Amino acid sequence: MKKRSIVPYGPQHPVLPEPIHLDLVIEDEKIVEAIPSIGFVHRGLESLVQKRDFNQMVYVAERVCGICSFGHGFGYCEAVEKIMGVEVPGRAKYLRTIWFELSRLHSHLLWLGLLADGFGFENLFYQCWRIREKVLDVLELTTGGRVIFSVNKIGGVLKDVDEDMLAAVKDMLDKIELELKPIVKTFREEKTVRSRLDGVGVLTKQQAHDLGCAGPFARASGIKSDMRKMGYAAYGELDFDIITSDVGDSYARCDVRIGELFQSISIIRQAIEKLPTGDIAVPVKGNPDGEAFIRIEQPRGEAVYYVKGTGTPFINRMRVRTPTFANLAGLCETLKGADYADVGLLILTIDPCISCTER
Amino acid sequence: MAVMKFIPTALKNLFSKPVTTGYPFEPAVFPERARGHISIEIDSCIGWGMCVKACPLGALTVDKLKGTWEINRFDCVVCGYCVEKCPKKCLSVQTGYQTPGADKQKALYTKSPEVLKAEEEKRKEIVRKAAEAKKAKENGEK
Repeated sequence: MKKRSIVPYGPQHPVLPEPIHLDLVIEDEKIVEAIPSIGFVHRGLESLVQKRDFNQMVYVAERVCGICSFGHGFGYCEAVEKIMGVEVPGRAKYLRTIWFELSRLHSHLLWLGLLADGFGFENLFYQCWRIREKVLDVLELTTGGRVIFSVNKIGGVLKDVDEDMLAAVKDMLDKIELELKPIVKTFREEKTVRSRLDGVGVLTKQQAHDLGCAGPFARASGIKSDMRKMGYAAYGELDFDIITSDVGDSYARCDVRIGELFQSISIIRQAIEKLPTGDIAVPVKGNPDGEAFIRIEQPRGEAVYYVKGTGTPFINRMRVRTPTFANLAGLCETLKGADYADVGLLILTIDPCISCTER
Repeated sequence: MAVMKFIPTALKNLFSKPVTTGYPFEPAVFPERARGHISIEIDSCIGWGMCVKACPLGALTVDKLKGTWEINRFDCVVCGYCVEKCPKKCLSVQTGYQTPGADKQKALYTKSPEVLKAEEEKRKEIVRKAAEAKKAKENGEK
């Protein structure tokens, strides 16, 4: 038997955007096993939820994470609305869909940039983030925040969008669609990029299924699962397909996310086209009494929200199962047999969001 | 699969203008809705403390008698919930960020002396009227 050694990886590492710690058991340069440990940014959301009333909690929920912020606020609102039997107006549903897809766009562009940075392509990294900046500008124009929007409330949304803003969104989409072409071409066709991604960290469909992976990570392994198809918000009325790949390697994950970029652009265009007129919120009376379980598709995968109210202004229990938590098991599987040099890249391919995971 | 696919983009960027704003030499431009900081028209404030109860961070303090409104800018995340809850709409979200400071001082806003004096007189008037009403009631009972 070859000599085995354990190398600690993270929580502070140049390639990691967020603190996750892995104990890597290695033989020469090959990983035999990876043991993850998290808990460096735990903030105690489950206790906090009992000390803030259910309206204030919207603002706390969306600050669980800086990148998936809209999804968290949205998931929490959906859950409380389900408990209270509130029917959100059509315009609010469409606005939520538009903002959700814009946040998916900026999240995926951020990830593409980080991936490029992960394999050492600095210029490509900045190109991705330059395009992302345009999405952030539009988000700031329509909501007032660049990454934390604070537009959700129980019963609808807080801010309406006028024609000029919608024109700005459409204009931005046209521009970034053009600008994305050379970037996407580089990811898909450039030999230096493909040599780092092809065949690295393969996860088969069976493994992805058994380990309960979620989101683009699972879709890249051929699992056709997208919570948007369940039809929450306005997704039921919009036309889109689930993007999957059968390969399951790092390139497939990159390819699926690139496909989802263009899919998001198409969904936003459809939503703007169909945006109904009317109220953006309905008044909500009383306190939540009961429990609800909501599944939504975050940029990183399926997120689950469980909220339980007891008829007081304070929520009794709130549980968030985030996609990164589901994907950690899959990550450890992909790391087995990988080269030590690919570890950083492989961690990035699950699009880790540790702040979400630890809440 | 090809090589050097990125060269045209890289060259194009080399000869184009920077996409970033040359702050601080150029002023930062914010859209109208940008949530920069919370501001108050202190003289319209009635000191009910709805904002204090609403604030998820506990960054606000109100003293009705002294006519003060205090915000800890380091705690405030500019979520705008206090603005939504304010009954007199004297709170608002403004664009532009606060200037950085060396010490963690709270920002204290006090009502102007004229407004404070007027409020004091109003309070005295109410107390006087209440006392008169009580007296009248007692006399009536007798």
